[in-house]
Amino acid sequence: MDTVDLIIDGITIKAPKGEKILWAALDNGIYIPNLCALRWAEEPHAGCRLCFVEVEGRADPVTSCTEPVAEGLVVHTDTPQVRRLRRTAAELLIAAECPDCGACAKNRHCELQRIAAFVGVKLKPKRLRPTPKALPVDASNPFFIRDPNKCVVCGKCVSVCSEIVGANAIDFTFRGFETTLRPFDVQPVIDERCESCGECVAICPVAALVEKDLRWPKEEVKTICPYCAVGCGIYLGLDEGTIVGVRGDEENATNKGTLCAKGRFGIADFVHHRDRLTSPLVKRGRTFSQISWEQAIDLMATEFAKYRGEEFALIASAKGTNEDGYILQKFARVAMGSNDIDSDSRLCDAPSLEALGHSFGDGAMSNSMDDIERAACILAIGTNPTSSHPILGQRIRRAARKGAKLILANPREIDLCRLSTLWLRNRPGSDLALLMGMMRVMLDENLADLSFIEERCQNFEQFQDCLRDFDLGLAEEISGVPQELLKEAARTLATHKPAVILYGSGLTQHSQATQNVLALANLAMLSGNMGKGSGLNPLKGQNNAQGISDMGALPHFLPGYQPLSDPQSREKFERAWGYPLNPNPGLSLTEMLEAAAEGKIKAVYIVGANPALNMADIRYVRKALRRTKFLVVQDIFLTETARLAHLVLPAASFAEKDGTFTNTERRVQLVRQAIEPIDESRPDGQIACQIASRMGFEGFEFDSPSQIMEEIARLVPQYGGISHQRLTEAGIQWPCPTRDHPGTPNLHAEGFSRGRGRFAPLKYEAPAELPDEQYPLMLTTERSLYHLGSMTQKVEGLMRLRGEELVELNPADAANLGIADNQWVRVISRRGQVKAKARITEASPPGVVSMSAHFAKGAANLVTGGELKLSAVRIEKAG
Amino acid sequence: MTDEEERIRQTREILRGHGGERGKLIPILQEIQARFGYLPREAIKEIAKFMRITEIEVLGVATFYNQFRLNPPGKHPVKVCLGTACHMKGGVNILEAWERRLGIKPGQTTPDRQVSLERVACVGCCAMAPVSVVDEEVQGRVSPTRVDGILLSFELEKEKGEENSK
Repeated sequence: MDTVDLIIDGITIKAPKGEKILWAALDNGIYIPNLCALRWAEEPHAGCRLCFVEVEGRADPVTSCTEPVAEGLVVHTDTPQVRRLRRTAAELLIAAECPDCGACAKNRHCELQRIAAFVGVKLKPKRLRPTPKALPVDASNPFFIRDPNKCVVCGKCVSVCSEIVGANAIDFTFRGFETTLRPFDVQPVIDERCESCGECVAICPVAALVEKDLRWPKEEVKTICPYCAVGCGIYLGLDEGTIVGVRGDEENATNKGTLCAKGRFGIADFVHHRDRLTSPLVKRGRTFSQISWEQAIDLMATEFAKYRGEEFALIASAKGTNEDGYILQKFARVAMGSNDIDSDSRLCDAPSLEALGHSFGDGAMSNSMDDIERAACILAIGTNPTSSHPILGQRIRRAARKGAKLILANPREIDLCRLSTLWLRNRPGSDLALLMGMMRVMLDENLADLSFIEERCQNFEQFQDCLRDFDLGLAEEISGVPQELLKEAARTLATHKPAVILYGSGLTQHSQATQNVLALANLAMLSGNMGKGSGLNPLKGQNNAQGISDMGALPHFLPGYQPLSDPQSREKFERAWGYPLNPNPGLSLTEMLEAAAEGKIKAVYIVGANPALNMADIRYVRKALRRTKFLVVQDIFLTETARLAHLVLPAASFAEKDGTFTNTERRVQLVRQAIEPIDESRPDGQIACQIASRMGFEGFEFDSPSQIMEEIARLVPQYGGISHQRLTEAGIQWPCPTRDHPGTPNLHAEGFSRGRGRFAPLKYEAPAELPDEQYPLMLTTERSLYHLGSMTQKVEGLMRLRGEELVELNPADAANLGIADNQWVRVISRRGQVKAKARITEASPPGVVSMSAHFAKGAANLVTGGELKLSAVRIEKAG
Repeated sequence: MTDEEERIRQTREILRGHGGERGKLIPILQEIQARFGYLPREAIKEIAKFMRITEIEVLGVATFYNQFRLNPPGKHPVKVCLGTACHMKGGVNILEAWERRLGIKPGQTTPDRQVSLERVACVGCCAMAPVSVVDEEVQGRVSPTRVDGILLSFELEKEKGEENSK
């Protein structure tokens, strides 16, 4: 990099060419007061008038945030003229914004106070008449207060909201002395644009935007957010064993310091919630009574021993740590002799594992999140990332801002539509037809990357055959997307490289999910987008959805996707664990529940999962679980599933244990214990180890999760070089086979994991359930930005932002049915019915209604069926 | 069709005549204001959707310029001059008198939609300072008592109108 030498206050320093004087000075430990400067901002705001310096040869002082460095420049930061200018600027700010300084929550943490002290201005200046503004204070957000009277109009909140978050929810209004920074709706409980992420609050240098009930932590523990699969780095702020705040970890490669509402404001409330389970509970009659851990472990050892083998099943959760997940599958396979182990990530991630395994040899995301911002083209299909993966969604918005082509395929009008190049509004469940149509265009118009296919793929001819009878007219007819738009999308994707393809549960929670993913894999190869910086990426759901599969909580795979059917793999684990393994592949989550309903599975151990709320057709799930002889549920709350159990065990939350999570970009990151386990709760893995030991099995004696990781590293090649020690500084992306391997940001960059990429012939199938006369509408389920699992529902503020189930429907459908906004309606499917409030919105296309499936009350999964994402329903007014 | 739906319909009609590029925002706002006399909230939402920006970005531009109103104009528009001469002659006191009597701030309209209040810079009648322009007619050497008088004339006119309609 080209550098220049300049002299600031007599000190010679080096700075990169083009750098502004302010940053050059600050980098070299020379302080220049500043209030509005942001290093990453596209344009300096230059509004606070505090960062003046004098440059020799220039008649007047200049603002150092706008003035670039130059060779031989001589800069003075502390001259009489500079001092006078910045003192006046500081005095004006104090007189206008904070004439009664000292009385606010940011006292002693306020940047304006710090600057006043530095420039030598009293906090109650006498020279200027105070001019307080008397604007209304907005306290409607559950997490923070907006006090425009204290605003110094630095614009940092506007910059962060538009350039980093990409929500554009706040802006400058009016001008001159009357300038206020505000969202569109003043005093809104829910502003349509504001995502309550609190980035503006974190960046506000004064108390214009300030957290409610702000407490300053005495210490901080670095860990990973427990919500979605983005896996943001966080610091938990602590005061005497209580979590008092959360801040983003700026060094973390995944989130680079930003957080969403759940991560920033939704942790302390659930960890310290009064409803946390505090001791083991056994069901006696219809109620639960407390028992000791000793009794609980004894009970399980005795009961589980009766059902060894295929009468036992274990359902793990994608919320636990890798170490917990590894121990749980080891428990099932070794202590219980059963491969009936699966996790709740089956509900969205299993089709990816299967299809991508077939096409590429690995079921994980091939890119890093950084690739999104470097891509020339992004195709996002069956996902609403700004809601489901907010921090990844921010990166898509930033990429689109910088000019990347953004192609969306989604029946609903999602926020990203506003930034998209092309929006393909396809009918729900028609993704396969849409993708086949796009590929047909690529073949017809010679857009396929033949040299890539020749060099790295196989099976191309068979694949071409399968599209021969699938013409564009059919694609248009099924998907409802005009042919011209399909052509445009195919051309854009084929001609803008590198392209990153992202998809979510909108593609995988369907009956033809595997075909959908195979189609995407074909599309990625056909357009030559499986290389450095390009690729195909399943967005995993929960925080450790990737890790729980890596750890072998799967019925067909041992840890590290080593096939159970392969005798060599089995032998490897038999030798390592010292016990023979059951060679029969186990049942998947859905099959387990069928077996339980038929009475074939008698004992079920559920750890952290809540199938009685999250799975489709929960009435059936509940019936199946009730039939078991011995149901143990281990969780942090008494969930809908736990209520059905014979024995309930209190688990420790993520804040109470060490371990690792593997995020959606395969990054293994360290989770650190911040507080002691609440009451008698214990980490999941520790509980399973205790039961196994009590049952007389060896190989479950671990002093700490880091010891478990050592065993994982020995047995799982992808994790071979990973240890807690190495993760202390930063996460590592698998595969990381050896101690000196840096990790792998891009899968399949040079060659595919399985050798050559395999094209799969496709056959169009209609969704399993289509609307008919009796059930004329299609119901899709989606995720709210503010909720994930049972945890967020314990957070009062998040419940205020979104506290109940809503049925979203198009104004035309509402008019036909005579339904008004906010009116109670009944949603009826072939399987059941549920009552919820109607929300009329054009975001829902005609004929499609959507619900969120988060809430126990008005649970959408009472009506869903084999396809979580799609059910035919009808809607009636509820009396 | 409610008033709001009617305004949405008319806004969409206006938008059909424009492209969505960002430079068109001000001409669109001007045309909307010409139609309604102000920028209705629902029109701002429609414009944002049409231009693929957020509502607050539209509002930010609209509030930067004095020409745009966010409230419907009253039957009697009142513009209080605060130019240099009017300022020296106590124009601020006159503005305060209007604000107090009407119970509204500049840029607002009384709930009965009778009077709207605006603050303007020089209207070019400095010799008559302090000046208020009422119903497009220049009122010179305004005093707080004069403000009361003008408001009384509005009252009388309103009563007369009501009697005639009976």
